Amino acid sequence: MTVLSIPAELTSACEQVTPASPGDAVAGTQARYVAAPASTTEAAALLRAAAGLGLTVAARGTGSRLDWAPAPASCDLVVDTGRLGKILEHTAGDLVVSVQAGVRLDDLAKVLASAGQRLALDPTGSTGTIGGVIATGAAGPLRYRYGSPRDLLIGITVIRADGTIAKAGGKVVKNVAGYDIGKLFAGSYGTLGLIAEATFRLHPLPESTAWVALDCPDPASAVAAVRAIADSPVTPSAIELVWPSAAEWISVSALLEGDADSVAGRAGRLTELLERAVPGQSSDHTKRSDDQGTLLRVAFWAGRLADVLGAIRAAADQHGLDPAIHGSAAGLLEVVAGGEAAADAVAGFVAVLRASLGALGAGSVLPATASAVVVHAPPAVREAVDMWGPVQSLELMRAVKNQFDPEHRMAPGRLPGGI
Amino acid sequence: MERGAFDARPTDTELIAAELIDTGLIDTGLIDTELAAELARICGDANVISDPQQLRTYECDGLTAHRSTPGLVVLPQSAAQVAAIVAACAARGVAFVARGSGTGLSGGALPRADGVLIVTSKMRSIIAIDPASRRAIVEPGVTNLAVSKAAEPYGLFYAPDPSSQVVCSVGGNVAENSGGAHCLKHGFTVHHVVGLEIVTPQGDLTWLGDGTGASPGYDLVGAFTGSEGTLGIVTKVVVKLTPIPEAVTTLLAAFTTMGAGGAAVSAIIGSGILPGAIEMMDALAIQAAEAAVNCRYPEGAGAVLIVELDGPAVDVEAQTTAVRAICTAEGAYEIRAAQDAAERAAIWTGRKSAFAAVGRISPAYIVQDGVVPRTALPKVLDRIGELSAEHGIRVANVFHAGDGNLHPLVLFDDTVPGEQEKAEILSGRILDLCIEHGGSITGEHGVGIDKSRYMPRMFGADDLDTMQLLRCAFDPGGVCNPGKVFPTPRLCGEVPGVRRAPHPLVASGLIDQF
Repeated sequence: MTVLSIPAELTSACEQVTPASPGDAVAGTQARYVAAPASTTEAAALLRAAAGLGLTVAARGTGSRLDWAPAPASCDLVVDTGRLGKILEHTAGDLVVSVQAGVRLDDLAKVLASAGQRLALDPTGSTGTIGGVIATGAAGPLRYRYGSPRDLLIGITVIRADGTIAKAGGKVVKNVAGYDIGKLFAGSYGTLGLIAEATFRLHPLPESTAWVALDCPDPASAVAAVRAIADSPVTPSAIELVWPSAAEWISVSALLEGDADSVAGRAGRLTELLERAVPGQSSDHTKRSDDQGTLLRVAFWAGRLADVLGAIRAAADQHGLDPAIHGSAAGLLEVVAGGEAAADAVAGFVAVLRASLGALGAGSVLPATASAVVVHAPPAVREAVDMWGPVQSLELMRAVKNQFDPEHRMAPGRLPGGI
Repeated sequence: MERGAFDARPTDTELIAAELIDTGLIDTGLIDTELAAELARICGDANVISDPQQLRTYECDGLTAHRSTPGLVVLPQSAAQVAAIVAACAARGVAFVARGSGTGLSGGALPRADGVLIVTSKMRSIIAIDPASRRAIVEPGVTNLAVSKAAEPYGLFYAPDPSSQVVCSVGGNVAENSGGAHCLKHGFTVHHVVGLEIVTPQGDLTWLGDGTGASPGYDLVGAFTGSEGTLGIVTKVVVKLTPIPEAVTTLLAAFTTMGAGGAAVSAIIGSGILPGAIEMMDALAIQAAEAAVNCRYPEGAGAVLIVELDGPAVDVEAQTTAVRAICTAEGAYEIRAAQDAAERAAIWTGRKSAFAAVGRISPAYIVQDGVVPRTALPKVLDRIGELSAEHGIRVANVFHAGDGNLHPLVLFDDTVPGEQEKAEILSGRILDLCIEHGGSITGEHGVGIDKSRYMPRMFGADDLDTMQLLRCAFDPGGVCNPGKVFPTPRLCGEVPGVRRAPHPLVASGLIDQF
């Protein structure tokens, strides 16, 4: 067995560099080295060294979403953000927090909760890091009210492919000075550079929460329930839909947050509108299915919910699949096909679904009004599908990539069109 | 001399042209006949303005301190026309600037004497409203308020509400990432735009985003919004619509001092209440508003606070009680509550008139737009008071207190020699103060031409260089609203696909290239 020697340039730039093990593979792409810088300047020195050596680079937090998106075409160096774990500044009076990229969401949530505040992001599983959440654009049910990371991010410090440290935005919520580079990095999957630090707008932790849920026998009644909730004056923080399989009923639920009296009052009002209330038991109706297998994210205009549900079931039927559907009824559903599903069946399902979603936009001035992205999948499915599917303004995206990473060393191939 | 007989070496010629333009010897509006003819072919004669008198109408936007008569003005009526205009400009290396309603306050739509001003005010159709999806598709010249009016029958509205919303255009809002009094709770333009049809600086029509807010790939909608017209021209906008809140209450609280008002703001936010808006005015601003619109705010107020609460009726009622109690505890000596639209309007009249109203108490003024962390407000306001005294220049304070966005109105008499310079120095010091406290030089007005010189105080060279990578990706030729936002342009390296035609001065035979 040969021992991989680590280039001196890397070890002199970063205190902690080790040879990669098979467990360090990024979505199946084997890495050569793993480095864990402990500061933004050390990370910058590391990336400068990597640039000098012409190494391809991928960032990793806890690795909870590392298999999201296509595998990088090459990954010489994994930059582990585990030692970038400091909460830099939390000014409670300003409802703002600045953190290093390696801070875990659950750790941050504890600190913020002690001040009665929260970062209003609730992606599935909270073991991920801030850097990972921004890079993947991950969000959960609260997206309905608070948006995704890009909506709460007010400042960012990044390290470019050549090791340049750059910041954009700032520490105040209202700020239009300069380009919003944070928006570009949100959802960039590490392809533009390394996210080192981030500053977020916070919200007060609600005193009380309640879920109001309704089980619906068919898509038509589920859509009616969603519409009734959305049009009611109860200002839900989330509207979720869970449809475990074609034969089962569909659960539609609304999350209410606020003062105890207010939540109780609004839950009562909503219950009158709907059928039954399940206050305070969020777990049942927002429970994600086992997301082993293929996870598809379907984004669409909320008014087309019935069409989209129909299109998913029809495409699945055609290929002998019975996927679970869950997510935000306001336009972002996740579809889970089990790990046992044959790769060609999944690929066929995705193709048919994309065609149906494309047809939904007919008559609109927009060339597309929906998308179906394979977020993660078993290797055989990855081989068989174009995970991202059709994307608009790809040439502009390429131009952005070419400016930030002209040598295409940062997580090459994780975004559409091989970016 | 035969047209088009030149190779692409226009640099010297351009320098000469620029000199002639600067010295006033040449009026580009008259001489740019070839480009004018092409633009007329694209949009029709009536929609191309080259008459010097008419061009003067467009010499500035809402910020009148910066003026420059455009070389040509063109008023396209469709996205295809905008694309053709931009392509014509790009092919010649002629700069172009987009303009909506011209209400911007940073000179972002300041035209160029050697360029074309593309005015979107004839693109005013609301293409579609999709109430079930809570989306509207509009053209860029549609006014902000028109979107809300069109959505109102469905119980929806368009949340960003800059104070110029009656006239300002959605396209301009996208360029500036406009805020407004209610962005404290409802967010800025960037939180409400989910798709953009744009003309790239090369003249290509393309869509960014698909209206879902979750389109695959880079978030180019987010990056484009707030880029101040430097990355392309918006030709269609897909916006989110928001349900009209069930209840709205507006409170007006009078305090004897700004300190007490500021303490009330902190206490309200600290209690976990997120009002739709929290606005504050100081004694001088109140005095101006009284003089202008007779708003009848409580007498003797050193500060008034306007707090607007919106949401479900039960919440608004509870929060109104809580805010009243907080204001009283912090020393408010009079609190008024508006329940209906007319009463609300009465309270807002003074606030909304404040900018224009200072004209009643000062011949001229500069509006600043700095932001500070909310917790730094008391310190910063005190320091502004000191600076005002030190410089012998009055400052009226009207601001979005909830998000720390100051709008100090620096008052001066422009007929007194040296006063304007003093006012500008004081303005700069106020921005420095904002940066010192971890804030920003602009919260909603944009950088434009007015504040680009302050950018290096807030950002380092590497930060600005990195931002301009985005600029280079979209506009490698540097023809799209050049000279705005950044104090110095970045060289984009190789410029693919841009071939420079002879300068119009040369082409028209007015000067020779040597």
